[in-house]
Amino acid sequence: MTTLPAKTEKKLGLVIDLDTCVGCHACVISCKGWNTENYGAPLSDQNAYGADNYGTFLNRVHSFEVQPEGDAAAQLIHFPKSCLHCEDAPCVTVCPTGASYKRVEDGIVLVNESNCIGCGLCAWACPYGARELDQAEGVMKKCTLCVDRIYNENLPEEDRQPACVRTCPAGARHFGDLGDENSDVSKLVAERGGMDLMPEQGTKPVNKYLPPRPKDEMPEFDVLAPFLQPVAEEPKGFLGWLDKTLEKL
Amino acid sequence: MNQPVIDLSPKVSDEVRKTTCYMCACRCGINVHMKDGKVAYIEGNKDHPVNQGVLCAKGSAGIMQVNAPSRLRKPLKRVGERGSGEFEEIEWDEALQIAADWLEPVRAENPEKLAFFTGRDQSQSFTSFWAQNFGTPNYAAHGGFCSVNMAAAGIYTMGGAFWEFGQPDWDHTKLFMLFGVAEDHDSNPIKMGLGKIKKRGARVIGVNPIRTGYNAVADDWVGITPGTDGLFILAMIHCLMKAGKIDLHYLAQYTNAPVLVINNPGQADHGLLMRDENGKELVIDRATGKLTPFDKPGVKPDLAATYEKDGQTHRPVFHQMAEMYLDDQYAPEAVADRCGIPAKRIRAIAAELARVAFEESFTLDHTWTDFRGEKHEKMVGRPVSFHSMRGISAHANGFQTCRALHVLQILLGTVEVPGGFRFKPPYPKPATAHPKPHVGLTPGAPLNGPHLGFTHGPEDLALKDDGTPARIDKAFTWENPMSSHGLMHMVISNAYAGDPYKIDVLFMYMANMSWNSSMNTRGVIDMLTDKDENGEYVIPKIIYSDAYSSEMVAYSDLILPDTTYLERHDCISLLDRPICEADAAADAIRWPVIEPDRDVKGFQSMLCELGAKMNLPGFVNDDGSQKYADYGDYIVNHERRPGIGPLAGFRGENGDQAGRGAVNPNQLDRYIENGGFFVEHIPAGSNYYKPWNMEYQDWAVNIGLYDKPTPYLFSLYVEPMRKFQLAAEGHGDRQPPDHLRERIKDTMSPLPIWYSSEEDNHADQYPITALTQRPMAMYHSWGSQNAWLRQLHGHNPLYLPTKLMRENNLSDGDWAKVTSPHGEITVPVLEMAALNENTVWTWNAIGKRKGAWALEEDAPEATRGFLLNHLIHELLPPKGDGLRWANSDPITGQAAWFDLKVRIEKAAAPDESQPGFASIKSPVGTGPKDLAWKVGN
Repeated sequence: MTTLPAKTEKKLGLVIDLDTCVGCHACVISCKGWNTENYGAPLSDQNAYGADNYGTFLNRVHSFEVQPEGDAAAQLIHFPKSCLHCEDAPCVTVCPTGASYKRVEDGIVLVNESNCIGCGLCAWACPYGARELDQAEGVMKKCTLCVDRIYNENLPEEDRQPACVRTCPAGARHFGDLGDENSDVSKLVAERGGMDLMPEQGTKPVNKYLPPRPKDEMPEFDVLAPFLQPVAEEPKGFLGWLDKTLEKL
Repeated sequence: MNQPVIDLSPKVSDEVRKTTCYMCACRCGINVHMKDGKVAYIEGNKDHPVNQGVLCAKGSAGIMQVNAPSRLRKPLKRVGERGSGEFEEIEWDEALQIAADWLEPVRAENPEKLAFFTGRDQSQSFTSFWAQNFGTPNYAAHGGFCSVNMAAAGIYTMGGAFWEFGQPDWDHTKLFMLFGVAEDHDSNPIKMGLGKIKKRGARVIGVNPIRTGYNAVADDWVGITPGTDGLFILAMIHCLMKAGKIDLHYLAQYTNAPVLVINNPGQADHGLLMRDENGKELVIDRATGKLTPFDKPGVKPDLAATYEKDGQTHRPVFHQMAEMYLDDQYAPEAVADRCGIPAKRIRAIAAELARVAFEESFTLDHTWTDFRGEKHEKMVGRPVSFHSMRGISAHANGFQTCRALHVLQILLGTVEVPGGFRFKPPYPKPATAHPKPHVGLTPGAPLNGPHLGFTHGPEDLALKDDGTPARIDKAFTWENPMSSHGLMHMVISNAYAGDPYKIDVLFMYMANMSWNSSMNTRGVIDMLTDKDENGEYVIPKIIYSDAYSSEMVAYSDLILPDTTYLERHDCISLLDRPICEADAAADAIRWPVIEPDRDVKGFQSMLCELGAKMNLPGFVNDDGSQKYADYGDYIVNHERRPGIGPLAGFRGENGDQAGRGAVNPNQLDRYIENGGFFVEHIPAGSNYYKPWNMEYQDWAVNIGLYDKPTPYLFSLYVEPMRKFQLAAEGHGDRQPPDHLRERIKDTMSPLPIWYSSEEDNHADQYPITALTQRPMAMYHSWGSQNAWLRQLHGHNPLYLPTKLMRENNLSDGDWAKVTSPHGEITVPVLEMAALNENTVWTWNAIGKRKGAWALEEDAPEATRGFLLNHLIHELLPPKGDGLRWANSDPITGQAAWFDLKVRIEKAAAPDESQPGFASIKSPVGTGPKDLAWKVGN
């Protein structure tokens, strides 16, 4: 069993805007590219060019259809999912070797691969399915919040953010300190009603999701009708209106 | 706590090399991080005008494209039968000799016997130059089966279209309406723009039968019946005109709405625009009441006044529009059922367009002077913008539908104004400023001009003296008079049929014609392999260049292997398909950030060599030596006109000139130092109202976009279309064949119309429309060879709406037989609720042939993946008139992929998707089983 820190100095995490995510998978592949080359073992791919191909990813996008009540049109929600760096991370407490831990400085949940025995208990404990056991290396892989980017002095200041955030074309991903109520991400969460994922699990996730705005709610035509008040019913009347209106131009 | 110590500042890379992505057509700037001379990581370039640092899944997966096992390694000569995949590796000397031995006699005797078509080419300015110097009239790229309708309709109507031609004013628009779109057209900029709009809380309306991707985040989704977009748009035009919610000042000043139309029934000029002796369109000046050239200083063109002469009343274009579009056939109630959109909703959307355009209008404090010399103190904004691409293009009514959309934008006065749609240099550029098609050939000599262009009447058609088509694809003929991008999808079937003539060599680049890039895939395979009575292939010789082991390789006789995009020079040129921004001209390069580890040559460098070997003008020096050592050399030293070359940046001996300037031998180095691109900003105040803004016009001349200021009127009424109609009515020397007369009269309306192709596609028996979409993470057939991307889209179910699932007693994972008038497929199905209830769809180009792309034969792409192409024919089903009509737009020849009608029934699950194809032998074997990609320590 591994203990969690009583308190972390920061709560670094992601805010993901489900109103804006178009499901393009840019974050998924950018994450794969950075993290196969950086922290820990590479993210391997099995049967890479054959059947049953399967690789390790730290971030995946799932798509869900939502059928609103009544006769409103169905909706499609793109839902990127990675480790939520929970305050009460069950994946850490379940770890038998101390390999999984939560950093005191910033709250990032990491796996110390040299202590990981690949038992998989943490993946069972995580209610979000956010950990993947790398089949080549036999160690548990998970989102590091690009811990090797966000403080990296070899990167320009503006690039010190997770790869998924830097690459997101729609700007649907935001990174910052959710423990600081004055941070941009905390303000965004407050403004847009940011939500915890499955709060009933009691994990206190740090990452937040901004819900999709209501859809298909354009005002009925009755409300908009004044904007289409006919000036005439027939072409002849229209040309009369035209002549009058042109006078005034 | 006892935390491990970790390195928070690991070395990121040894070096960053900045070049241009080629994982799709978007052409973003990328930072390629190198470790030990190898590619370690790819990210977006923050300084680049296209993507400003972001990068999509394809772009980030470039590393797996560059190491893909499917990469061709050496020139190949076919040794077995076509289609067997039996090749022998040969040296480049032998390969180029074979090519020259095949091509030289063709050039000397009859250059039209070479058909040279270049697919997803991003160097068309160069490849067309090569083809022109060879002398064949038979050259084009893939526009004819992609989105020519959008491009041509935009150019003819307003001197530009969407994507490469222009973009919404993302910073000011308050209502963005998106019609059917291929999600890589335009990839990252659309996502970035949507992000900006969403941040401001502005409204996005998505019009698409399928609610995925951009439509999934749209505030309002209109799940329209496929192919009826034009009718929906005309209904909105009806509502807006009827309510007077149109920008009369804009229409009067900047469009041909006030231009008088000659009323002379039965005569050769009936319906043409009235012009003065200098060819200038005439309007009535509201101030004087007199007939006046449209561009006379101080003129106030009158939209209402008519002109009486010789007992005839000549009316302005706008009168005709009022008569046409106020008609009740375009009332929302009349179109609602057909479009699948309630009349009230059509009215609500039209009202919302009106509300935002006129009630939320704003101004920018920029003074500007128009082409009539009038000075304006401010710029009026109309914050409504639109975007669309292939979704509305790839129908037989696509040209007129795209025209309708452009007319809608213009009626609202939203084009080139703040908040609306804005052109990107070198656009705006009217159709009249583009070349006309050229087909004048002389054996052993160059063609008489550029192949592709814009026709302005029957005199511009590409016909031989006997009236038969001059081009193998029958572009610019009466069958499709305005086919500005050619018809690549018709080349193989026409060459096979010897109609209009037989060819000797088919030379293609980056076009997977024996698989996902052709309609009627099985038929095309048969055409490529069929032999004549002498035992010779009907299409005698096929040369193909590709970087990868695509399905087309097996059907070619000589393979000239290309490099990957990180191993080559390229230019993203203003002379070609540009990457500019509304506020700036820009271009970019690719350069070899790594050297190939295979015996391959960049296609364009190879053409420099082959061109010199054949002594093509433009490719040899006076002494007969090779003029351009490689494509990089051409990019720097070629001049199209004095001082104008492929790249606009860093010209002149000191590299300090933009646009025009002498050749700079260090130009490529300067681009590399600058991050791989060049940007020249348009001065503030010149960056809106560009077609009429003299400051912009002067700037454009200065940097070489035009040779003189070229202000023009938007063409709500496209006069060239009327000229083709007049010919069909019997006027003029060049006459269409009788069987095409009625169709030309019906479809070539100079004002946008809508017509259905349902009857042609037997919708009574095949009531469901079947569509494809391109996933955002894949680019045509390329993604499947990429070990990361194929994990996102490894197979492609057919998505069925809930109603069709229930009607056919289908559940997820069941299989269905899908039948069209042309063929049938049996494929796995999946339910999707957010879908038009009579539409089915799948991801395109996921299905693969066994043996291709270095995939194992049991890869899901080959066992469960499938193509809709098997259901689509390049010809329509027979109509019983003894003729076969092309499955194309009758105006432009655009392939009507999205007119496909089918019926569906539940089927027993086969072992694999049907039809099955035998495997082809891979020239590169298959890839490794497992990957763990890390190049650094």
